[in-house]
Amino acid sequence: MASNGSSDTDSQRIKAQQRLRIIAGHLQQRPVDGGSAVVAVECKAEGNKTNVASSTRTVPRRRHEVMKWNGWGYSDSKFFFNKKGQAEFTGKRYRVSGMILPSLKDWFEGTFGASLQHKSPSAPVLNASAISPPILNEAFVEDIKSTGIPFSQDAEDRVFRAHGHCVHEIFALREGRFGRVPDLVLWPNCHNDVLKIVDLACKHNVCVIPFGGGTSVSSALECPQEETRSIVSLDTSQMNRILWIDEKNLTAHVEAGIVGQDLERLLNESGYCTGHEPDSMEFSSLGGWVATRASGMKKNIYGNIEDLVIRVKMVTPRGVIEKSCQGPRTSMGPDVHHFIMGSEGTLGVVTEVTMKIRPIPEYQKYGSVVFPCFEQGVACLREVAKQRCAPASIRLMDNEQFQFGHALKPQVSSIFTSFLDGLKKFYITKFKGFDPHCLCVATLLFEGDREKVLQHEKQVYDIAAKFGGLAAGEDNGQRGYMLTFVIAYLRDLGMDYYVLGESFETSVPWDRVLDLCRNVKERITRECKERGVPFAPLATCRVTQTYDAGACVYFYFAFNYRGLSDPVHVYEHVEHAAREEILANGGSLSHHHGVGKLRKDWLRESISEVGMGMLKSVKEYVDPNNIFGNRNLL
Amino acid sequence: MASKSLYSHRDPVLRKRDDFEDMLEERRRSSDLRYALRCYTPLLYKGLTPCQPSMLKNMVLQSDHLHYVINQVSKETGTAADVIQEQASSILDEMAHSQQLSTVRFFAFALSKAFKSLFRSVCVNEEGIQRLQQAIQDHPVVLLPSHRSYMDFLLMSYILYTYDLTLPVIAAGMDFMGMKIVGEMLRMSGAFFLRRSFGGDKLYWAAFSEYVKTMLRNGFAPIEFFLEGTRSRTCKSLTPKLGLLNIVMEPFFKGEVFDVSLVPISISYERILEESLYARELLGVPKPKESTSGLFKARKVLSEDYGSIHVYFGQPVSVRSLAEGRVKRSHFNLMPRHIPRKPSDDTQSFVNDTAYRLVRSQEDNMVLQPWVLMASLLLQNHYHQRPGREEAMTLDELTQHTLWLRGLARDYGAFLHWPDHAAPSEVVSSSLALHGGLVSVAGGRVLLALGQPGGQGGAGEECGIVSSPEEELFSQAVTVLSCASYRNQVLHVFLRPALLATAIHTASSTHREEVFNTFSFLRNMFSNEFILCPGDTVQDFEEACYLLLKTAALQVSQQELLVTESGRRTLTFLTALLDPFLQGYQVVCRFLCEEATDSLTEKQFVPAVRSFMVKLILTGGLRYSEVLSSDLQKNALAALMRLGAVRKVKGSDQVTLKVNKIMVNSLEDTLGGKLPTQKAVLARL
Repeated sequence: MASNGSSDTDSQRIKAQQRLRIIAGHLQQRPVDGGSAVVAVECKAEGNKTNVASSTRTVPRRRHEVMKWNGWGYSDSKFFFNKKGQAEFTGKRYRVSGMILPSLKDWFEGTFGASLQHKSPSAPVLNASAISPPILNEAFVEDIKSTGIPFSQDAEDRVFRAHGHCVHEIFALREGRFGRVPDLVLWPNCHNDVLKIVDLACKHNVCVIPFGGGTSVSSALECPQEETRSIVSLDTSQMNRILWIDEKNLTAHVEAGIVGQDLERLLNESGYCTGHEPDSMEFSSLGGWVATRASGMKKNIYGNIEDLVIRVKMVTPRGVIEKSCQGPRTSMGPDVHHFIMGSEGTLGVVTEVTMKIRPIPEYQKYGSVVFPCFEQGVACLREVAKQRCAPASIRLMDNEQFQFGHALKPQVSSIFTSFLDGLKKFYITKFKGFDPHCLCVATLLFEGDREKVLQHEKQVYDIAAKFGGLAAGEDNGQRGYMLTFVIAYLRDLGMDYYVLGESFETSVPWDRVLDLCRNVKERITRECKERGVPFAPLATCRVTQTYDAGACVYFYFAFNYRGLSDPVHVYEHVEHAAREEILANGGSLSHHHGVGKLRKDWLRESISEVGMGMLKSVKEYVDPNNIFGNRNLL
Repeated sequence: MASKSLYSHRDPVLRKRDDFEDMLEERRRSSDLRYALRCYTPLLYKGLTPCQPSMLKNMVLQSDHLHYVINQVSKETGTAADVIQEQASSILDEMAHSQQLSTVRFFAFALSKAFKSLFRSVCVNEEGIQRLQQAIQDHPVVLLPSHRSYMDFLLMSYILYTYDLTLPVIAAGMDFMGMKIVGEMLRMSGAFFLRRSFGGDKLYWAAFSEYVKTMLRNGFAPIEFFLEGTRSRTCKSLTPKLGLLNIVMEPFFKGEVFDVSLVPISISYERILEESLYARELLGVPKPKESTSGLFKARKVLSEDYGSIHVYFGQPVSVRSLAEGRVKRSHFNLMPRHIPRKPSDDTQSFVNDTAYRLVRSQEDNMVLQPWVLMASLLLQNHYHQRPGREEAMTLDELTQHTLWLRGLARDYGAFLHWPDHAAPSEVVSSSLALHGGLVSVAGGRVLLALGQPGGQGGAGEECGIVSSPEEELFSQAVTVLSCASYRNQVLHVFLRPALLATAIHTASSTHREEVFNTFSFLRNMFSNEFILCPGDTVQDFEEACYLLLKTAALQVSQQELLVTESGRRTLTFLTALLDPFLQGYQVVCRFLCEEATDSLTEKQFVPAVRSFMVKLILTGGLRYSEVLSSDLQKNALAALMRLGAVRKVKGSDQVTLKVNKIMVNSLEDTLGGKLPTQKAVLARL
């Protein structure tokens, strides 16, 4: 894009590139190969739009061309154990790509009691014959044909849109089991296409399930078993343009199908960013963020999705809902945006969003702090939140997760580095007396003006010191963030060796953070034992976001299922128990993953009978015939 | 799993119990001094190091909970907060334990000596110890021993020390503190002291509950207290007190700990040290104030033989699994946890239920000696003797009857300790020898040793002073009550069938529904007297029917409950077992109807009802001298108050009792079987 003759000034371009490099650090090494920045084109639904613009985008219509059908992410990127039993990551996209991770095997075998001898491979290819033929509403299909909106009945396209990334969903794929899948996939190109589709869906009474990035972990994309109508998956991935950028007000108007990494990349080219970086940002879409009330890693500076959104356009069976102004805050009765945010595709399709943008920060710096124990770490984060000086991101990993992160250390290139590592370890454990089985690490990310970042850094490290924290270097910090991007790839590796894993999250008041973490982990361990899981599971957590009144806690849970007849059932039971424990300990049903179908049983007790009635009556009014019939939430 | 063991009472015979080991055996073989000084390294909860008493006090003083209450009290009373802080601090000083190993070692030495001379054996189920050891490492543990003797908590600490388990801290009544040196010694061995009543004192409650919870949350040591609140003078389990149980469960409800293990412990004494002391106390001789010199006077007991002690550590019960589906922990999420508030009705009823079940599991694991069966038979025999006629059992008869009762008790799941290797007659005579103070064998016949108060007075008194009929009655009653205290130990085994037997006896027809109504009435009436889990009426009724059917004492045909010919003996025994209580309650009712005036105060009640009873007994209107027990009288009053037949009216300086005579009268008649148990009566109750 540097060679591209756009109107960017040179300095902006340099910033953009710098920013790109940074993001590439934890994201991917994408070859910078031209392509336009902001495409302010009118919607041309009729035209064949498989054109230049979308070739620079991450997500093609046929997703399986670049992504796995039975696991996370890109087809060319995966972990495997090489002949020497060392873990390697394939491909060229990530920082760890092509690297050898020598300690992963020992950690893996030691933590799960798994063995490289015992493999549980996936079905090699998608067996299209196992998928039931589509139930088509012929009249609807005829009408769609006449609109020229691209569609497909291919088994692969349909299967790809029948699931998110819950462990049971991926497990079923790997076993070659497919439940109800959408009957038709549609790729609208713009808002108007969506209008037409929804209109026709109402006319012919077909069920529409919006599909954005497909990264749901709440069973939100599962087709309801009881649905007898034809199910149409409305894939927004081709609605992926930035329609305009308003530099005076620092807003951008974007089509909702754009995925996070494309949005950032394109904005970066103009010198801007949204700063919204959920862990799934490589694949999740703007519309999906809005529909699930997403949260980004750097929300301390940029805010969560509800803070970023200025205006939303959503197509519903009743028509289009949108506000008539772009005022930064309004007092106009209950905010209708809050019916849209978190509606999880039950009311309509988000098509366009006006959201805040920020100039790319000048400087970015990672950091980390080691604490003697988790309790001290939490106390430090609480103090940071109290003083409202949280950096862009601050996360506290417990001891298990720290060790997990450690297992992902790539092979060190020189004796000198390994010597240094040894020295650091000696200093912390022997000289400072930290117990290696108790210590925990906070990872930090600072962003802003260079000067302010350094000042801010000092402030945070000073607080940390009061709680016994020791600065532990940028490298540890950066690797901590890498973990969040590769964790889903690691899960696939685990599944190759009889290990099932999942993550879940909650938000909880400060005074209950420690109790909740301890009790949930213990509950997981105990439930596994009671369910006959032979080896103690991995149950680990991190405090991943801080707020004035509480924190977001993120759990990883994985276990070796060799010898269990129905591992998914065991898994679901344990997850259910863990959620009960979370609720009993004052945690919320979800901080940012959403409710979907996985957690809807608890929604009533979480928001009260009346609250439930409110949501129901909105659904009743907006979508009386349940066209948006994914049956999430209610 | 743990919860099930606490709840399933279906077939008591199926209960599996551990074997015992005598821990004194080792003590008799090796040096007590070396034992007291040995290396003591208990496994701790999560490897924690125990905390210094002073640190504990600071943690409590700095807790949010205490701060909150201090500020609250300060606002209410207008006293400066730091003054109240001082008060809190001195409350804690008065309360706190100051456990130190040296004192424990001293006790270990002294108790070894004492136990060896007092007891033949101290038997412990070692599997229970192992379970406890595991529990201590997993979760905070609460030890809940039964309470029959002063010995109990010293004995507990002694056992835990012997088995290298973390020493408990023990909630003890303030009365112990009156014993100068001993009080401090107990404190140093791990006791902390509670005032007996502190009703409305918010500050005291806060300091005390926070003290207990801090120890529990941090898992420094197992917490030990007596669910029954006080020593049972009758050897019947007492209605559990809920205060402490509430406190130790709260950290779980509030998510501060993952779980809490409750360990019911049954301590059974073959012969209770305080035997005659209790009987006198129940008869109105006031309890001697605990004093050190009193304790030394008690030294003479050291020369007697008190048989053996059995300590059974029950299955640890997880509060978490008990509370599953009963208590919604999320209710505790909406308020800061340090702000004290009343438990919800759900929680309250859960705690109450749990308390009852824990006491029942204490009862279930009580070891019953042959003497307990003999005492029941001897007592019944005693009551049915008419003056001037020699009807006492011969030794042979006693042996035969005891063997019969042994069979019945076993059928009902009693935890009998019957020496299998010895001949029955030997067992009987050795029991008689141990309890020689209570029985006399004359001319091959076995009689209660009446006229020798407590059995300890020796023969001299008989020929000496001629006493008044009242005095004679009281001195006889001491023996009867002592004997009853052994009979009482077996009551929990026979209670439900006995209630059914009495119901069949009293009910106007044999129709199942009719019998059930009477059963339910009696059960309700006696629920202050015996441990009857609230809400378990149907279950208890079914259990009773099951047991009587199983032993072929009962037949069921077309909704009729019929006593079989072979079952007569059983039913007679069971009815007779409960009859003293039934009549006692009736007499209390009669007293209230006939003699109670409007000015009867609560304090006057016991002496007044007692002299009413004395008259009745002396005129031959009542044969059960055990009803003179103030325990029975108080329980009856409590039942009547619970049923609304008697009300307390708080006057300016005293509490008077207001009696609804019509209601009391109808209750009396119903008890006596003169009035059918109508549904209406029940509904009104």
